[in-house]
Amino acid sequence: MASEKIAAIMSGARQDSKTDMRVLIKQLFPDFFELHGDRAASDDAAIVGGFASLDHRSVCVIATNKGKDMTERLATNFGSPTPQGYRKALRIMKTAESLHCPIITLINTPGAYPGADAEASGQGQILANNISEMLQLQVPLLAIIIGEAGSGGALALACSDQVWMLEHSMYTVVSPEGFASIMWKDGQRAQDAAQLMHIEPEWLKEKGIVERVLPEKVLADHAAALKQLIVEQLLDFDQIKLSQLLTQRHARFRKF
Amino acid sequence: MVKFVRHPKEALKDYEEKIPKGIFRYCKNCGAKFYFARAGKYRVCPNCGYGFRVTARQRLKMLTKQFTEWDADLTTTDPLAFPGYQEKLTKAREQTTLQDAVLTGQAEIKGHSVALGIMDPAFIMGSLGTANGERITRLFEKATELSLPVIMFTASGGARMQEGIQSLMQMAKISQAVNDHRAAGLLYIVVVMDPTTGGVTASFASQADIILAEPKAMLAFAGRRVIEQTIHKKLPQGFQSAENAYRNGFIDAIVPREQQVEKLDQLLTIFAGRKWDEA
Repeated sequence: MASEKIAAIMSGARQDSKTDMRVLIKQLFPDFFELHGDRAASDDAAIVGGFASLDHRSVCVIATNKGKDMTERLATNFGSPTPQGYRKALRIMKTAESLHCPIITLINTPGAYPGADAEASGQGQILANNISEMLQLQVPLLAIIIGEAGSGGALALACSDQVWMLEHSMYTVVSPEGFASIMWKDGQRAQDAAQLMHIEPEWLKEKGIVERVLPEKVLADHAAALKQLIVEQLLDFDQIKLSQLLTQRHARFRKF
Repeated sequence: MVKFVRHPKEALKDYEEKIPKGIFRYCKNCGAKFYFARAGKYRVCPNCGYGFRVTARQRLKMLTKQFTEWDADLTTTDPLAFPGYQEKLTKAREQTTLQDAVLTGQAEIKGHSVALGIMDPAFIMGSLGTANGERITRLFEKATELSLPVIMFTASGGARMQEGIQSLMQMAKISQAVNDHRAAGLLYIVVVMDPTTGGVTASFASQADIILAEPKAMLAFAGRRVIEQTIHKKLPQGFQSAENAYRNGFIDAIVPREQQVEKLDQLLTIFAGRKWDEA
């Protein structure tokens, strides 16, 4: 049944084993060095960013993190970055650009944090800036959606040359709950919403929203398979001249 | 001495029914009730200055008479084949005489040639979908090609739910057209109208060189209801007003409708003197 598949995607995207992104970062990038702070106001725990070496080459890693337990999840607003978080992500990405490091973003966020403080400090404006800047970054960009990727808060980390998603992950204009609440004023009808929204990763691939759908088993065995895929992708990026990469990125987003 | 007579309730009701519909208007911002003609040609509340939501074509009339429309026929492909969407579109098209929620074209404002975009809140809340996303993208591309400044009047409920993820992608598509326009050294001005929210705030409405806003216009990312549910507190009145955004540093100036042509003229004249242009 189609609806069973939708339910599997939703629960798979939100499963507990995916909430602690630090575990995956450790598996993929054992020597990851984390950087902190947005260099303006604070340090948002919902964004984890830094540098690492992968197969003898330097890479930048930016991830959203929901947290391993309730304390952490409260601190990260359940993986919803604040404007400070996006500012931190961008300043690390700019460092990566000046140091010529490809950027890998790992995404599991219901969306940008919708709080009063976040509004007052310009959540929308910061997202607009990040989207604009990310599209122009002069380094290869790879985004991997691990769990949820909701709305502008996800897009601001996924204006990338390649966007991949796991078989049980979802990339949506707004969370299915939000969709149901907007359309029918009833957040309980998330499943119906998910059905109408086409959250199936294969459908997204068909539409060119993502390049690849990865089976969940790439996370098995300390994410060995995923690591291999990333290494291969970086080698592929090496084959492309920067100007060509930017032209392709432009075409990638122009087609929608 | 005048003797006041208390009319029975039923009689008053009779009187009320005799007043033609639409004669009295209600301001949703300040709650004032007033005779409709007092809103004047700029459709503004006589009490608080709030600019009422008007269709894009009405808005255009307040700005200029010289206008050539671009890409008028672009329509959505209805990517999700969303139930009931076609009927909604038909109704919105009749109401606004637009194919989707934005009007674009080349305009003359006090002798300055500009690429002009006006979003229409009457068209499914001005929401951003594939058709108006494409139209706005082409507005920037054509402006870049013709070396024109862009003036964009924004009003939107955010991404168009009925078009799902494709709506989200419009934000990136338009953003890179804005980037290209900027890279060509051209000026981009936004005028925030009520309401400018969600994905539009999180993309081209915030990417302008100069951001103006209409008095009392709502400028927000997340909706009020969502925020209140998140923080479990009621938000103060006017929390997401242009005035608040101005105080927080996100808007350059608040400009009432009757001054907009004059202020745009001032800015366009100032930037017409750039030496960079001649190179």
